[in-house]
Amino acid sequence: MKLYEYESKQIFAKYGIPVPRGFVLERGADIKELLKKHGIEPPVAIKSQVLVGGRGKAGGIKIAKTVEDAARIAEELFNKPIKGLLPKVLLVEEAVPHEAELYASITMDRARRRPVVLVSRLGGVDIEEIAKEKPEEIHRAYIDPWIGLRGYMARGLGKKLGLSGKRLQVFEKILLAMYQIFVDYDGDLVEINPLAVTSDGLVALDAKIIIDDNALFRHPEIAKRDPAETGEYTELEAKAQRLGFAFVELDGDVGIIGNGAGLTMATMDLVYERGGKPANFLDIGGGASAERVKEALKILYEFPKAKVIFMNIFGGITRCDEVARGIVAAIKEVGQKKPIIVRLTGTNEEEGRKILQEAGLEAFIDPVEAADKAIQLARER
Amino acid sequence: MAILIDRDTRVIVQGITGKEGSFHTKLMLDYGTKVVAGVTPGKGGREVHGVPVYDTVEEAVKNHGADASIVFVPARFAPDAVYEAIDAGLKLVVVITEHIPVHDTMRFVNYAKSKGTVIIGPNCPGIIVPGRIKIGIMPVSPFKPGNVAVISRSGTLTYEVAAAMTREGIGQSVAIGIGGDPIVGLDFVEALEMLEKDPETKAVVMIGEIGGDMEERVAAMYREGRFTKPIVAYIAGRTAPPGKRMGHAGAIISMGTGAYQDKVEALRKAGIPVAKMPYDIPKLLKEVL
Ligand SMILES: Nc1ncnc2c1ncn2[C@@H]1O[C@H](COP(=O)(O)OP(=O)(O)O)[C@@H](O)[C@H]1O
Ligand SMILES: [Mg+2]
Repeated sequence: MKLYEYESKQIFAKYGIPVPRGFVLERGADIKELLKKHGIEPPVAIKSQVLVGGRGKAGGIKIAKTVEDAARIAEELFNKPIKGLLPKVLLVEEAVPHEAELYASITMDRARRRPVVLVSRLGGVDIEEIAKEKPEEIHRAYIDPWIGLRGYMARGLGKKLGLSGKRLQVFEKILLAMYQIFVDYDGDLVEINPLAVTSDGLVALDAKIIIDDNALFRHPEIAKRDPAETGEYTELEAKAQRLGFAFVELDGDVGIIGNGAGLTMATMDLVYERGGKPANFLDIGGGASAERVKEALKILYEFPKAKVIFMNIFGGITRCDEVARGIVAAIKEVGQKKPIIVRLTGTNEEEGRKILQEAGLEAFIDPVEAADKAIQLARER
Repeated sequence: MAILIDRDTRVIVQGITGKEGSFHTKLMLDYGTKVVAGVTPGKGGREVHGVPVYDTVEEAVKNHGADASIVFVPARFAPDAVYEAIDAGLKLVVVITEHIPVHDTMRFVNYAKSKGTVIIGPNCPGIIVPGRIKIGIMPVSPFKPGNVAVISRSGTLTYEVAAAMTREGIGQSVAIGIGGDPIVGLDFVEALEMLEKDPETKAVVMIGEIGGDMEERVAAMYREGRFTKPIVAYIAGRTAPPGKRMGHAGAIISMGTGAYQDKVEALRKAGIPVAKMPYDIPKLLKEVL
């Protein structure tokens, strides 16, 4: 789960990472009064709180030179979607004059199976870009989980960025705090981009924390949040999640249901390979009951982009007869709102096919034939 | 001996009294797996399908001797179960459990390595040597004995591919689902190091997916001649958008790594053919065998 910049900065502050002084501005609140109350004078940075990167480039970060400016810009940003998302709140903070922008992050290195600290002199741009264009400008330190990030490692990285004196000390403190946050919050990512170099130190101008969804049980205060409200997921994606399904919306028109993440992805790819366009990813998982199958179908019924539904089921632990019963139950309950093309094979396949036939549905054995049929029907609608 | 396990591997089921644990204990026994004991804290003294249950792994090992365990324990308690198995001296721990926090997995995987224990998973279907033994939850009908190893990040896709191979008369020396999480124990490179030395394996099918760089590392290994048998690959997720998790926690293109095209290009450049559809794998295999 992604935290907002302002939430991440609150955590940063708690761990002693220098952040600009500022406050969260709710819709309808009086910015002039709040500026006075917090003793903050322009220039201020006003920042749209949406969970996407590159807000600066997209026009979601503005500097206000006067109080009047600030009021006008706040009004503007509240009504300006950034990459399709409207902010619920803005972050208003001191504009920090700075000489340079650095990059620092901690994430999990999958291959080495341990945390990795990444730093670069070239902050302010996406790390992907640096990685592609100037990979030599990214410095890394891999962390032994039993030893953790040590001061000397942090200082070593700081030296590589050309830091010295007091700044080097602050840098060490910042990296150690980031590592502590990474561990304490089950971070997938803790990132500062940019880390501004000021006349007398370093300040985190941006803050990003992503928490491992599987660890949310350890962070109940964060887990409470509705995933749809953050814009990270659509309404329907969030609803599917609540029902325990992995569901991702795509742009095509062939609705996809599979059992198992790999098979479901392969089914999307198969549709694409045969000249169609998948509308979504929806995995019903292993051993799905008829009830689950029914729920899954109902999600795609509600998803307008899916003109047809292509179910690709390889029965293993999942039984084909259960799947068939689920399909029939869904049709009985809400009707057959969209064509359903089923490919069934594996455990109890004969029985499953019989159940479908009795309900007037055809069941394919060959996934390629089934995909072709689904694509054709989607075209006709 | 295939790799890691064989007919006489003695297996403990951790979480044997749970619904999944007990269900799959029966299926493993039916397949001929020597499930010698089960463990569920607080439920020692019972039996599940004739298998004695203990409170601790230590007791189970002491009374029955064991080489491997399979973990069905829920995510919150799974790390503890894995440490317990490692400390009891088991050489292989298969972790079926899904949704274990990645920080926990990272730590127990490192600990296992320092103790010489191989972890398969988490979030995996397990390992099967067709006709001899399975330590996992895979259906058995897709598999038949043969000399092509299957290594995979996905469960159902493994069954799908194995079934297609079996239909075409190509059996499997072993099939391993290494798991769909960002960090797993045994990875493709390590599995291939074992398969290189396995006389029963003549070729390998690798089923990868978007996310991470494991497939790229296999490409490098192959290019450098560290694996010398034919490999045929399939990568799932060609149509997956960046930044979205596709069911598996590990199937996500992020921070510029994990894209489908990068993987396919790396593999093809190294001389590993990549099937466009999983159903094309038997055909590609016949060309290299
Ligand atoms: N408080 C601030 N003071 C001065 N400049 C800022 C401040 N906050 C952001 N900026 C500038 O705006 C840019 C973009 O802001 P950032 O918070 O990194 O958003 P994003 O990464 O979404 O574009 C930064 O690289 C920095 O140059
Ligand atoms: Mg930024």
